[in-house]
Amino acid sequence: MRPVRPLATASAVFVSFSVLSACGKDDTVSGDGAAVEVTATDSSCEVGAKTGAAGATTFKMTNNGSQVNELEILAPDGKIVSGRENIGPGTGAEVTVSLEAGTYRVLCSAGMTGRGPSQAFTVTGKGKATDPRLDAAVAAYRVYIGAQVDDTLAKTKTFAASVSKGDIAGAKAEFAPSRFGWEAIEPVAESFGDIDPKTDTREADLEKGQKWTGWHQIEKALWKTKSLKGEGPYADDLVRNIETLKVRVGTASITPTSMANGAKELLDEVATGKITGEEDTFSHTDLSDFKANVDGAQKAFELLKPVVQEKDAGLTGDLTDEFAKVQKLLGKYKKGDGYVSYDTVGKAQRKELSDEVNALGEPLSKLAGVVAR
Amino acid sequence: MTEVSRRRLLGYSGATLAAGAAAGAGLVSVAQAHEGPSSGNGPVPFFGAHQAGIATPVQDRLHFASFDVVTDDRDRLIRMLKEWTAAGAALTAGHPYGSAAGGLPESPPDDTGEALGLPPARLTLTVGFGPALFGSGGKDRFGVKARRPAPLIDLPHFPGDNLAADRSGGDVCVQACADDPQVAVHAIRNLARIGFGVVAVRWSQLGFGKTSSTTPDQQTPRNMFGFKDGTRNIPGDDHAALDRYVWASAKDGAGWMDGGSYLVARRIRMHIETWDRTSLKEQQDVFGRMKGEGNPYGAPREHDPVPLAKLPADSHVRLAHPDSNGGVRILRRGYSFTDGSDGLGRLDAGLFFIAYQRDPRTQFVTLQNKLAATDHMNEYVQHVGSGIFACPPGIRKGGFWGETLFT
Repeated sequence: MRPVRPLATASAVFVSFSVLSACGKDDTVSGDGAAVEVTATDSSCEVGAKTGAAGATTFKMTNNGSQVNELEILAPDGKIVSGRENIGPGTGAEVTVSLEAGTYRVLCSAGMTGRGPSQAFTVTGKGKATDPRLDAAVAAYRVYIGAQVDDTLAKTKTFAASVSKGDIAGAKAEFAPSRFGWEAIEPVAESFGDIDPKTDTREADLEKGQKWTGWHQIEKALWKTKSLKGEGPYADDLVRNIETLKVRVGTASITPTSMANGAKELLDEVATGKITGEEDTFSHTDLSDFKANVDGAQKAFELLKPVVQEKDAGLTGDLTDEFAKVQKLLGKYKKGDGYVSYDTVGKAQRKELSDEVNALGEPLSKLAGVVAR
Repeated sequence: MTEVSRRRLLGYSGATLAAGAAAGAGLVSVAQAHEGPSSGNGPVPFFGAHQAGIATPVQDRLHFASFDVVTDDRDRLIRMLKEWTAAGAALTAGHPYGSAAGGLPESPPDDTGEALGLPPARLTLTVGFGPALFGSGGKDRFGVKARRPAPLIDLPHFPGDNLAADRSGGDVCVQACADDPQVAVHAIRNLARIGFGVVAVRWSQLGFGKTSSTTPDQQTPRNMFGFKDGTRNIPGDDHAALDRYVWASAKDGAGWMDGGSYLVARRIRMHIETWDRTSLKEQQDVFGRMKGEGNPYGAPREHDPVPLAKLPADSHVRLAHPDSNGGVRILRRGYSFTDGSDGLGRLDAGLFFIAYQRDPRTQFVTLQNKLAATDHMNEYVQHVGSGIFACPPGIRKGGFWGETLFT
């Protein structure tokens, strides 16, 4: 689960956007780095241009409404190409996407319901010719995603069965493995805005009035309240949501750049949620999620590697080294099929893990740029 | 928006000033609104015989960071020091390091950007190497064990020390000083980012309100006890004193340190609340100077010679004075710090003491041994963090930080 950004940070970002985005009011933007202003209120979604050229396009949303908003770019077939959640009132956010010719919709969603007013945005022309090796990487990554979803679904079913039976010991052992596949492809899973909040919300991130469902709700029952009474329906609901993910994952929009960005986001997840032990606050199985996040990021990198190697051998070398180092470090904490409880990992060891995540995360953040150029 | 040079934006380039166009004039007025009339906001030369930030006139703000080297790869460490050097040259000149706002949209910017539009603010960056970098026992981490200079000792335990491991030590330090805290923080943040995978921040300290001056015409600043501090510091233009007490020489044994200096940093916590309820007389007795004028006991003006015999025997100034220590002097460059409160409601404040010297064995260690044993001030302070570093000589154009050590 991606934590909600504090509003103070978001507003600081917003100020700099308003300085930087002093573009004209033309109806057309030129692609490759061009910016399109999107102004949202609780009931409207004004898009500063109606058409654009193929290539990288940045949408910059300003939320003038009173509710938290969401920006979504929808492909001609209605699938989400990309988006940003949690854009607070009076703040802004931007999202950069690579668009091919076609008519898209730019959608604002006050209250983050996934619905709301939208406007058409037509892209014409051709972007840069794509490298067939990158197409192959995307295809292979889709296969990987499919396998991870199958894995997480099968293990979640086992987990859910134990929860329904009231088998606390069994469910505890199955909790971390059931999440592994999900955590390995988390950015893709999160791209369907409605599934993540139902499956992977932490208690601390609940909004007022939000019903808590998903893994962490059951985690609390297992480790904190130590009773599975009434948890059966939650387990069934979790399985249903992963089944929905399985149906929809084939429609996820994946580009070489989004693969690379997804890898970086997986490391961000580690840096913000796992290192601190906030993710699995009751079970302390954070290192299992940590491993899944790193594996997922490494998979994306390995698939992009042949092209990246050609464009930036230095970055490729650094990433290869750092992935090896973080895997080796994680290996120290292996215990049986899983990992040691994170509450037994001391301050100095957490610092070492954190340093390694920074060492990997920093070069990994450059991957998307190298893929894109 | 194209890349903005902080320096150019403020009209330091002659061309901008000469143009005198409306836009240029606007920018200059922004600069004047930002800076006080008397403070210099321009750049301090980055290259030279000595590293900037030692004898340089003291700036208002500090961000000091100590790093652990987390790789065993000597080449990678050298590569990072070269990148740091390129970044240091850009940042101290008021430029971003690489692209801050105009690069590929898919990539994070090279420079984090929070110093865009700010003047160079006399930013200096000073790098030093800690004892652990040279290895210990039989271990030679980077092939430099034999080059560890004798003055770069492991500091002894001093009476009263209560050192925290997570505020002490480190393989590499960077002292960033500037007249604007955002400029200093920006520099450390970007160097830390460049260094990920090679170095990791071990601890860092922000400082404000310089507690000593290195220019005779600067007004003597006051420390968190409210006393003037640094009246008798070594001035940055007293080259004879600098050569004698501050700059290391090849004759001292380590040729690669010729023109460098040894830095000792101490985080000195002050017991602010108990100090504040101490009588004025006792406060003055602790220092041996009057609180208002700063004059020593037995003399009317601040800069008068200190009549040592007139000061209480356990007063700080008397004990630390060169005449009480066989003439030993050090170049102080400390800053006050306040890190909010400590959880017990007490102000977590004090002095981040930084001293530069030619040989800590005969300078800092001598002085601190004496102070730790008998200084009346010990009732009100405690040393809680510590570090010692060998700061190599200045960088020649085309060279890099640590070049004399690693080649």
